[in-house]
Amino acid sequence: MPKITIDGKELEFKQGQTIIQAAADYGIDIPHFCYHPKLSISGNCRICLVEVERMPKLVIACATLASDGMVVHTNSEKTIAARNAVMEFILINHPLDCPICDEAGECKLQDYAYQHSTGESRFVEEKVHKDKRVQLGPHVMFDGERCISCSRCIRFCDEIAKDSELTFVQRGDRVTITTFPGEQLDNPYSMNVVDICPVGALTNSDFRFKARVWDMSLTNSICTGCSRGCNIEIWVRNNEILRLTPRHNEEVNSYWMCDHGRLNTFKFVNASDRIDCPQLRLNGSLKKVEWDEAFSFLSNKLKQFSKNEIAVIGSAYSTCEDNYIVSKFAKNTLGTYNVDFIRHIDPSFADDILRTEDLTPNSRGAELVGVFPEKNGLDLNGIVRSIKDGKIKALYLIEDDILSFDPILEEYLKKLELFVIHTSNYNRSCDYADVILPAATYAEKNGTFVNIQGRVQRIRPAVATTELDRSLDGMSLSRLDKFGTSFDRWAQGKKYDAKSTWKILTNLSSYFGQKYKYQSSEDVFMDITRNISEFNGLDYESIGLLGKELSFDKVKI
Amino acid sequence: MTQINNSLKKRKKDLTFWQRIYIPEIIKGLSLTMKNMLRPKFTMEYPEEKFIPPASYRGRPVLVMERSGDERCVACGLCSRVCPALAIEVQAAETEREKERYPEKFEINMLRCIFCGLCEEVCPEEAIVMSKDYELAFTNRDDAIYGKDKLLVPVDQLQDRIEFLRKYK
Repeated sequence: MPKITIDGKELEFKQGQTIIQAAADYGIDIPHFCYHPKLSISGNCRICLVEVERMPKLVIACATLASDGMVVHTNSEKTIAARNAVMEFILINHPLDCPICDEAGECKLQDYAYQHSTGESRFVEEKVHKDKRVQLGPHVMFDGERCISCSRCIRFCDEIAKDSELTFVQRGDRVTITTFPGEQLDNPYSMNVVDICPVGALTNSDFRFKARVWDMSLTNSICTGCSRGCNIEIWVRNNEILRLTPRHNEEVNSYWMCDHGRLNTFKFVNASDRIDCPQLRLNGSLKKVEWDEAFSFLSNKLKQFSKNEIAVIGSAYSTCEDNYIVSKFAKNTLGTYNVDFIRHIDPSFADDILRTEDLTPNSRGAELVGVFPEKNGLDLNGIVRSIKDGKIKALYLIEDDILSFDPILEEYLKKLELFVIHTSNYNRSCDYADVILPAATYAEKNGTFVNIQGRVQRIRPAVATTELDRSLDGMSLSRLDKFGTSFDRWAQGKKYDAKSTWKILTNLSSYFGQKYKYQSSEDVFMDITRNISEFNGLDYESIGLLGKELSFDKVKI
Repeated sequence: MTQINNSLKKRKKDLTFWQRIYIPEIIKGLSLTMKNMLRPKFTMEYPEEKFIPPASYRGRPVLVMERSGDERCVACGLCSRVCPALAIEVQAAETEREKERYPEKFEINMLRCIFCGLCEEVCPEEAIVMSKDYELAFTNRDDAIYGKDKLLVPVDQLQDRIEFLRKYK
């Protein structure tokens, strides 16, 4: 393998790599604005200038191919001087907007201004004025003055979103970014430009001014928008999710996520229609009750039905752990084999970038852990038919809305003798439910999802419920979480009294005389790994941040 | 121990005759009292009479209200970040004004505030300053949380402090 010497260290590199890539492989960070590992090389920001021995001038590390025997200095006197000069040039027309800029705190320009500049501006003239607050598309706001013309957003649209919408116009210091005539920045991946923008020129219209980045805690999780399972970070302040951002995972989503996942998969967590305690329908109206009362009411009711009169519908929105217990509860406790879950398929949603036609995060997982009919049990269509026939008299629905599957079912739901629903938010099925149990959302529990590739990935609680304590349960803490007291208004975010479905069902099982010894979702998962061959040998630790492929060679599905 | 006892004994012996008869010492003390009685008074008959502090005084922090009636604050949150007692909560929102951003909510918990003045020091807009107001008394926790209604003070009333800051900050 060819070797390159960077800052005195001899490093091996692959033929065809540029200096910046070779350095990055060994954790040497060469400053860069326009270079992005997933975009083509543009070489226009000039901050990555490095000194290469026997080259007459400094070269840009992002566009210079590494070659055998090359000796590079990334911190020599000449490089530092050049870097400072480039910073000074970039800052000439950059406004001092940091106090009102959302990027502050995660801004490359801000960071580099600390690291690589003299700290004083010699420019006393009037800065160039450009358009501020330009709505480039439905979700992205552009500030022309802050832009440093790195062209990352333009290249992103051209190369990743495959929808050329942005371009440079004008020349020199007047250069600015705009959409092509008649176009808008409205491709399904448009908000990734906000993440890759090294400054605050492109900001998220949805998140704009909601919080400073240093006030939020972030939790590694998985997007629930479709079965791709993009790795994400959940940003929370005062127990409220404020934004989602993609997390790098080369096997799944690289650096990206789609706008649907980013915008539509978290607002329900803090929405006003959350179910925040168990509810029973008594004499036609819903009444809020304690968990114990709900469990004893529900278990007494369930015992009145014969096995074939009950159907249980699991959920592709909830975790493998939840669905594993759903299947166990149905088959062992209730004794029914009428078990299935609702598939939410929309072929028009799919594309060849990330989006898949399956709109749920865990349909593969639900199937694997046993949410399917066995021994002549009814599948979903069979269950729906039998509800209409009146053969199924009790329906147990987990975290889903059966009316979204079959709206005609509405009148038949009224006729059910018992309709139980676990749900995080109010949905139309709740109007007919006899028992509503509040389920924790994906942002409030531990668990695993299996994505379309058969990759098992972890979700972690980012928002606390009444049974979770941020510090005791190992959730991520912001400064405000650490020091807030019950008297501080900024630490009194609403906590819902919701539980994970696996926990609700294990509690309920004890009313049937069955005791499960699960203390945590990890215990449930360990049981899954012992009983389901695809999961053999896995544990939460080995799944880690980036997930693990399941082994499908033993059993074919 | 013996040493101390010795020195005490010694000290007793050291007193002069005039000291021992005590009367001159009383006269000395009373003359000091009389002298101070005739000097100008430092105390005030608070609350009838109020102390007006100098510009360097750090009373309760307030927000500067421009003559237009708008707050000067852009809700950058630096005061909230720097506050060692976590007394300040800021929620930003967007406005149509030129500065884009304003504090939708700005609350200072006066029970947490330690009057250190770091908020004033860090403010990039000269929007939060320490006032001369020292009269802070509450009967419950909620009253101690000052919102924008109590925090906004017209800029003209704060000129003294702002000039002080420009001179020394």
